[in-house]
Amino acid sequence: MITLTHYLILTGLLFAIGLVGVMRRTNLLMLFFSTEILLNAVNIGFVAVSKYYGDFTGQMFAFFIIAVAASEVAVGLGLLILWYKRNGSVDLNSLQMMKG
Amino acid sequence: MEKYLYIALFAPLASSLFVALFATRPKMLFTGVVASILIAISMISSFILLMDVNTYGALHVNMMDWIVAGNLYIPFGFVVDEVSVIMMVTVTLVSTVVHIYSIGYMDHDKSFNRFFSYLSAFVFSMMILVMSDNFVGLFIGWEGVGLCSWLLIGFWYHKHSASWAANEAFIMNRIADLGMLMGLFLIYWNVGSLQYEEVFAALKDLDSVIVATIGMFLFIGAMGKSAQFPLHTWLADAMEGPTPVSALIHAATMVTAGVYLVIRCGELYSMIPDVGFAIASLGAFVALFAASMALVNNDLKRIIAYSTLSQLGYMFVAAGLGAYWIALFHLMTHAFFKSLLFLGAGNVMHAMHDELNIKKMGGLYGSMKATAILMSVASVALAGIYPLAGFFSKDKILEVAFNEGAYFLWFALFIGAGLTAFYSFRLVMLVFFGEKEYIKHGFHPHEAQPFVIYALLPLGLLAVIAGWFEHQFEGFTTRLLARYEIHISHGIEIILIGATLCIAVGGIAFAIYKYQRGGFSKTWEEGFFYKLLSNQYYIPKVYELYIMRPFTILSQFVWQKIDMKVVDFTVDSIARTIYKTGEKSRKMQSGNLSDMLRWMVVGIVVLLVLALFYRPMA
Amino acid sequence: MYETVAFYIFSILTLGMFGIVVMSKNALYAMSALAGGMIFISGFFFILDAEFLGVVQIVVYSGAIMALYAFGMMFFDTTRDVSEKMRSKKIAYTLSILSAILIVAILCIPLVSESIEASYPAIENVGNIQMVGLILFTKYLVPFELAAIMLLVAMISGIVLASKKMDEHLAIEEDECEMLKEGK
Repeated sequence: MITLTHYLILTGLLFAIGLVGVMRRTNLLMLFFSTEILLNAVNIGFVAVSKYYGDFTGQMFAFFIIAVAASEVAVGLGLLILWYKRNGSVDLNSLQMMKG
Repeated sequence: MEKYLYIALFAPLASSLFVALFATRPKMLFTGVVASILIAISMISSFILLMDVNTYGALHVNMMDWIVAGNLYIPFGFVVDEVSVIMMVTVTLVSTVVHIYSIGYMDHDKSFNRFFSYLSAFVFSMMILVMSDNFVGLFIGWEGVGLCSWLLIGFWYHKHSASWAANEAFIMNRIADLGMLMGLFLIYWNVGSLQYEEVFAALKDLDSVIVATIGMFLFIGAMGKSAQFPLHTWLADAMEGPTPVSALIHAATMVTAGVYLVIRCGELYSMIPDVGFAIASLGAFVALFAASMALVNNDLKRIIAYSTLSQLGYMFVAAGLGAYWIALFHLMTHAFFKSLLFLGAGNVMHAMHDELNIKKMGGLYGSMKATAILMSVASVALAGIYPLAGFFSKDKILEVAFNEGAYFLWFALFIGAGLTAFYSFRLVMLVFFGEKEYIKHGFHPHEAQPFVIYALLPLGLLAVIAGWFEHQFEGFTTRLLARYEIHISHGIEIILIGATLCIAVGGIAFAIYKYQRGGFSKTWEEGFFYKLLSNQYYIPKVYELYIMRPFTILSQFVWQKIDMKVVDFTVDSIARTIYKTGEKSRKMQSGNLSDMLRWMVVGIVVLLVLALFYRPMA
Repeated sequence: MYETVAFYIFSILTLGMFGIVVMSKNALYAMSALAGGMIFISGFFFILDAEFLGVVQIVVYSGAIMALYAFGMMFFDTTRDVSEKMRSKKIAYTLSILSAILIVAILCIPLVSESIEASYPAIENVGNIQMVGLILFTKYLVPFELAAIMLLVAMISGIVLASKKMDEHLAIEEDECEMLKEGK
């Protein structure tokens, strides 16, 4: 029997993988991939809760998250391309201008 | 009638504030004139009040509420009754004369304006002291006169000795004020109010031990102000101030504040005659003690200062033995002839270019006739010769001592009267008569300006006639103060008076005789007693060795070890900790996105922990 | 029974794919793995009876977003291996494991207490898509419109950011038309 707990553990694991990617990657594009992973993990969680409690709010939320992710990717990639044209590198360490 | 009260009280304040505007400017004559006029206005108001009180009785005014906190009610209230109006008249009269005198005396001083501001401020504080109707107002005036005394003694502040003397006076007063404050606290704690009327009414219900303690503490305060032993060294050193200051403060007004306190609390001290007797004994001791030191001193003003000290002892004897109106009477007459003595001494100093050693003077009668006559009159009054003022008041005190059966006290005062007569005329002879020593030292003395002499004339007149008002004075003041019955028979009274007169006249004659022949031989000066007396019984040295030095060492220790090492260290370390934390936290802002993402995850973890384990209003 | 098997297969595959995304040195492998992971997540949605969402996931995520990423990839040099030096690996791993545990704990607690009520409960005998439409256009209308505006803004910003000469006219003005005619 697959209970809600299974899904939630899965969500947690996927989220952890996403966090590892966020902290580990220094290539900006790879960083975006990791962000996608985070969003998808959360989506699974929402839908699972929605299914097991018969509440449609979870699915709506997941829907909107997909929409937001799409627009975020569009804008993000645009900025990334601009940066690449200006600096010739997509490495995170080259982005270090605001030093405290 | 209240307006006279306010005029008398606030005219000196107005004078002080007005002159203070010009305090930093060079000498402006009109400041002295304005100050004198305002003080004279205060004097006229006091006289009007005297007549009003004589006709109508006491006047109570509650000007304004000051402290109203719970059960504590302290107003700015003033009372003009028989005692305070006598004090007011004395104070304002002497102050007016001193102000006019100072216009001449401080003529060449560059801080002319500042002097008058301080002097008027002093008069204002003294008026508050005597006119207040509660203990707190008295204390305010008490502190005010202490402050003004400090300002005036240290008037020439760039002289180290002057500022030291000022500090000594103020600190000794402060030590005594602690005693007075304890007395005030005890009064409030037991009675619940600090108004004179309420306190004296409630005293009868109190335990006698408490009343005795209150009396002792208040007397400790009086000891500081009136320079009784052992807090007496400041009075002699206070002569560093200008002579008008000595005349006003240390002869007529501030030092009598202690006596005023005891007189005012007469109802209290009547309940504790043992404490009163102790006060009287101390007073008699001081009378003799100070007179002995004046015998050998060569400093013109110090002799007069010791004389003041001695006479204060007389006043305390009277007050301690319950004869309050007699103490007040002696206070009044003493104010007149003592301030006259000081002002005359000021004239002499001015003529001799501030020279104080009387051995260097002599034969000044030729050049300063008016001053010589006035000082001689004052000295005769001081010695207590009939019919001048001192005779009536001093003799009354001696009778009181005899009446109480305190024969030892009487004898001490009796000897003191002889000594007083002797040293007063020693002073007069050495300064005005005898060989003209000043020629050897190159002085060219001249008389003071005429208006100064005219200003001194009222005091001279009063020194002569004040004693004749004794019966009116008694009738007037005993409306408020306790009557004092003297039970000795008329015959013994005459004998006593005669004996006192004899010893006084004898002292004078001895002084004139000796100093006409050129004084005592030099071999006296080698003697042990001479050294003891001229070093003031070595008491200042004792104070310095056993009190001042250990205290200085303690202060240094506290400063270096405790203040700098502990307190400063704590404050600095707090600041340093914050600074270092800031420096370390700065490294968080590295500009590297990867680092920042890590910090973000750290933050997420912290928030999750908080969300899990600390749920507000779960 | 099917559900269990499907769940486990899908979960293992998803975890594996996303693991490759995070750990791989080759950018192309990472992107492909990401696309694969998206498809498997859509599979999860189908298991959970959220058919509409599953289709949307495939269309939007695997279709549009991955295509965007693929185009973006063309800009960068992908033959080279992405060499990264990760600093302080331990911190990163500890943090992520810790946060995973905490999230699961937080999510589980209200469930354990069994005090959840559905605010938009499902109606019987109505298909998933009808249900979605019902709720989306009545209760969540305002967020829907706002999302639409947001997408519009994203689209415009994407164009602006990536194109070159935006200050040129895209249509011929009247005076330019005359000039052209005269010049001819």
